[in-house]
Amino acid sequence: MLPEAVGQNPQVVALAEEIPGAIVDATVAVDGLVLGVSPKHIESVCRYLKEKEGFARLSAVTGVDWWPREPRFEVIYFLHSLARNARLRLSVRVAEGESLDSVCSVWRGANWYEREVFDLFGIEFRNHPNLERILMPSDWEGYPLRKDYPIHGHKYSYQEE
Amino acid sequence: MIEGKTHVESLDARHELQVADVSGLAVEVPPGSSVRRMTLNMGPQHPSTHGVLRVVLELDGETILSARPEIGYLHTGIEKQFEVKKYQQGIPLTDRVDYLANLNNNLCYSLAVERLLQLEIPPKAQWMRVMLCELTRIASHLIWLGTHALDIGAMTVYFYCFREREEILKIFEMFSGQRMMTSYIRIGGLALEPPRGWQTAVSKVIERLARGIEEYHELLSSNPIWVNRTKGVGSLPVDLMLELGVTGPMIRAAGVNMDSRKDCPHTSYEKFDFDVPIRTENDVYARFDVRMEEMRQSVRIVRQALAGMPSGPWQADAPHVLLPDRERMKTQMESLIYHFKIVTEGFPVPEGSVYQVVESPRGELAYYVVSDGTARPHRVFMRTPSFGNLQSLGAMLEGVLIADSIAVMGSMDFVLGDVDR
Repeated sequence: MLPEAVGQNPQVVALAEEIPGAIVDATVAVDGLVLGVSPKHIESVCRYLKEKEGFARLSAVTGVDWWPREPRFEVIYFLHSLARNARLRLSVRVAEGESLDSVCSVWRGANWYEREVFDLFGIEFRNHPNLERILMPSDWEGYPLRKDYPIHGHKYSYQEE
Repeated sequence: MIEGKTHVESLDARHELQVADVSGLAVEVPPGSSVRRMTLNMGPQHPSTHGVLRVVLELDGETILSARPEIGYLHTGIEKQFEVKKYQQGIPLTDRVDYLANLNNNLCYSLAVERLLQLEIPPKAQWMRVMLCELTRIASHLIWLGTHALDIGAMTVYFYCFREREEILKIFEMFSGQRMMTSYIRIGGLALEPPRGWQTAVSKVIERLARGIEEYHELLSSNPIWVNRTKGVGSLPVDLMLELGVTGPMIRAAGVNMDSRKDCPHTSYEKFDFDVPIRTENDVYARFDVRMEEMRQSVRIVRQALAGMPSGPWQADAPHVLLPDRERMKTQMESLIYHFKIVTEGFPVPEGSVYQVVESPRGELAYYVVSDGTARPHRVFMRTPSFGNLQSLGAMLEGVLIADSIAVMGSMDFVLGDVDR
């Protein structure tokens, strides 16, 4: 059963038929449709959207920490189709410690964006060619964009002195 | 030419580390080894990296076998800082992301929040925003042109470009009181009323620029050294560039018609008549050509803005979002209350999220703002053009000469503050 917000959107209906169980949620944001995708289907959904629906570009990948809500993290993929001049957002909810399939095999450009999400949120991506910290130093402890990470960092906490 | 630590090392485990000789004298090559590779750190402090970028090059003679950009030296956690600030306090942070295109960043963030607030922006503010953003584009491209030419060895252009850019910065100072970190575009409109006599000042500068751009184009395009150094250098297959996230003038020089000002019009760009320059050669020279043409188009847009600037208010009618007029605060109780509430509590933004795309001088700039219904953003993510463009550097430098890598990096026009955020 598809979420109500999808309505009669033929592309989404076709996607749901092609990969059953992939779409778990859909909302309409001020700038368009947001599809909630189940974590285990993200790679196949992305491949389908790139090859069948013409989303040739991955604009960016990022994360949101919804702590203390569960599941804690949301990973968001911003897709862009030049041919149709359309944009689409995919959202995947991930619990702490859970890992996701990398979409680097679909778009090579996902490489740095997934590294950034790993670096700042600590979400791991399976089959990523080079999952290392990218913005923070390689020996950094903790994940700065998590909500329980203090704004001034752990190392410079004055309260503990 | 190359600064930084250099050392010679053999990747072949059978051989010990070879004699390091960076002065160019002969290096003893053990019998039987065919490959002698050198790893060279370009940067983090190197004039041609325009910021703090480190590129780890693996060389065979003068040919680059592989290049690995190392970023993060300018990471300041701006996205984290957004989360503890009120919405209106985020504007000065956006200035400091891409410090050569601060007004485009102001605009993108303001548009995102305005869409969540569903604010209606009056035409005068919109046209003023367009005009200032195009002046920023010219100023940013002038910096790129000057430094790019300087890297390749044409020194004169550098001084001309910085001279002209100073004139644009004087305009920004006239509008906002600041040359670079203007924070002039605010949520709901502009920060201040446009100053008296701005039309004369802008038209004087824009006429001077229109002549100048032709001169600098001529200065370089008729220079055989410049042409030889840039033609046929630094190309990649278009599909790969698209996949790697390359946007802006770089992708337009590869024949892809992609410009957010045309594709998803915002801030009444649809009311302006301008062309998106496209080249298909996909080399350093084509990128130079595209950016020069873009400057001409920006001059065209500014002229239209000067001729047809609408009258009316320069701020939205939203007293709960915009700070009231100082004079009115002294006489009207409501203004004083609104001022107090905005400064102490901020304004709540309805729950939701938005991905707002604008065209910065470097390419597709987007802000993803998530609101949880409070006066502070839950999350702000910046999709910066330099980050996507820089990701293609490794692929672009494979197989080129070291000297050409300077030309390739210059043609990317990245800002490291924009990459590392």
